[in-house]
Amino acid sequence: MKALSIQNLTKVYDNGFKALDGINLNVEQGDFFALLGPNGAGKSTTIGIITSLVTKTGGNVTVFGIDLATNPEQAKTYLGLVPQEFNFNGFEQVKHILITQAGYYGMPAHEAEPLADKLLKQLGLWEKRSTPSRALSGGMKRRLMIARALIHEPKLLILDEPTAGVDIELRRSMWHFLEQINAQGTTIILTTHYLEEAENLCRNIAIIDQGNIVENTNMKSLLNRLDKETFILDLKAPLTEELKLDNIDINQIGPTTLEVEIKKEDAINDLFITLTEQGITVTSMKNKANRLEELFLSLVEKTVDK
Amino acid sequence: MPTQRQRHWVAFSTLLTREIRRFIRIWPQTLLPPAITMTLYFVIFGNLIGSRIGQMSGFDYIDYIAPGIIMMAVINNAYANVASSFFSAKFQNHIEELLIAPIPNYLILAGYVAGGAARGLLVGLIVTMVSLFFTTLPVQHLLMTLSMVILSAIMFALGGFINAIYAKSFDEIAIIPTFILTPLTYLGGIFYSIDLLPEFWQQASLFNPILYMVNAFRYGFLGVSDIPIGFAFSIIMSCISGLTAFALYLLNKGTGIRH
Repeated sequence: MKALSIQNLTKVYDNGFKALDGINLNVEQGDFFALLGPNGAGKSTTIGIITSLVTKTGGNVTVFGIDLATNPEQAKTYLGLVPQEFNFNGFEQVKHILITQAGYYGMPAHEAEPLADKLLKQLGLWEKRSTPSRALSGGMKRRLMIARALIHEPKLLILDEPTAGVDIELRRSMWHFLEQINAQGTTIILTTHYLEEAENLCRNIAIIDQGNIVENTNMKSLLNRLDKETFILDLKAPLTEELKLDNIDINQIGPTTLEVEIKKEDAINDLFITLTEQGITVTSMKNKANRLEELFLSLVEKTVDK
Repeated sequence: MPTQRQRHWVAFSTLLTREIRRFIRIWPQTLLPPAITMTLYFVIFGNLIGSRIGQMSGFDYIDYIAPGIIMMAVINNAYANVASSFFSAKFQNHIEELLIAPIPNYLILAGYVAGGAARGLLVGLIVTMVSLFFTTLPVQHLLMTLSMVILSAIMFALGGFINAIYAKSFDEIAIIPTFILTPLTYLGGIFYSIDLLPEFWQQASLFNPILYMVNAFRYGFLGVSDIPIGFAFSIIMSCISGLTAFALYLLNKGTGIRH
């Protein structure tokens, strides 16, 4: 079953700006889906329309088969949103925010309370349950937004850059938490600027640019399209002369650092054989950049060229 | 599995509870000032000046103005509560908590209006208790008094809601109360009977909805009014219907809240 189906969705703002140009998108139930795109591409507008914060100009959106336009009340019960910007009442206490949000979904306080307690503990906010939300740190506010989005147990969770400005440790713990709730059956749509995040978490991906979907496929097949990879090699000693190898692009970026581009069909062994023959010792090797980042840039650049 | 009606009731009562919790949490800004201001009205206009004015429509001046002063506190607070609360929700973006939830627009309106009316009525009760230090405040028609104060609170809460929908800054939620609501209140027959006015101003006063509220409310206490009570009721009910329809139209259209 499709958790989300978008057909021919368009949005033209009052100032004439066309944010969405008839996009089509399907997300299957249980998926962990990445919606990527540069700033201003139309991601937030798409999410805004799905969550009723933005009015569409044309097209259709269905959530678990329910048309958002004709039966918004039922469709909304399936949705949870973690927005990009903090949007709490800063004076309300953390636990009140969760119980109030549950109330808006028709869940009485006595039913919401145990769920709120569980989420606050899971997300490390239990000690702050009586603190006004404005007094929380940035990372805690992000986690509170996740707890608030989950309090009514939505079947489809939409996260709009949930880890923006969050330190690495916390980001990884949030990834782990999201993987857990996805494994329990919640469909997740994620937008992020950390492409490593999308690559690690998501099974399917759509890339949106200038109001159009420029790519919509599964993560594996997208990554398979990469025809080369770039590695950074640290050397034991500085090079004494310029290094040249057949079929391999080498760029010396420091006295003991090389940047090496290798085509997918070429074996990496050849590189090491040649280096060893020339008496060069490699002390470490790593990927230069995240693979998805390279693809993303090439896809987005293509639409700019058009 | 709760029915739709049960879910709606929980959503409405959650919103109302949040609104009540808000104005009680900030009581030094919401409940205390009207008590102090209205005490000054009773001291200055009732005791000091009122004793020199003598009688108005056959009643001591302080007895005559007391219902109007209570009504003034009710409508100002009902209006201010919704205007500031709804605008703050827009300003801080936490209105999105409501917009993404499965709550019909009429329930969002009902929750805010009930919250505003609750503050108006609580302040009205406080001012009534203050007035008992200065006057005996007889009640001739209890049902009339209660229904009029509730309807007036609802009407001005609706006005505050519409103001907040259009407002783009905190200045814009202060403009209407300062330049429209306050003059209408003072010219709405709180401190005088319109019989004292020249013919032209008597006729002009009939376009002021606050005149009908104050007179009908005063009728509940004293049994006297400048205008027929049935007519006052129909004017107020028409205003409530018109404002409700307009507020719902704006909400459904997404004015000021959806892009």
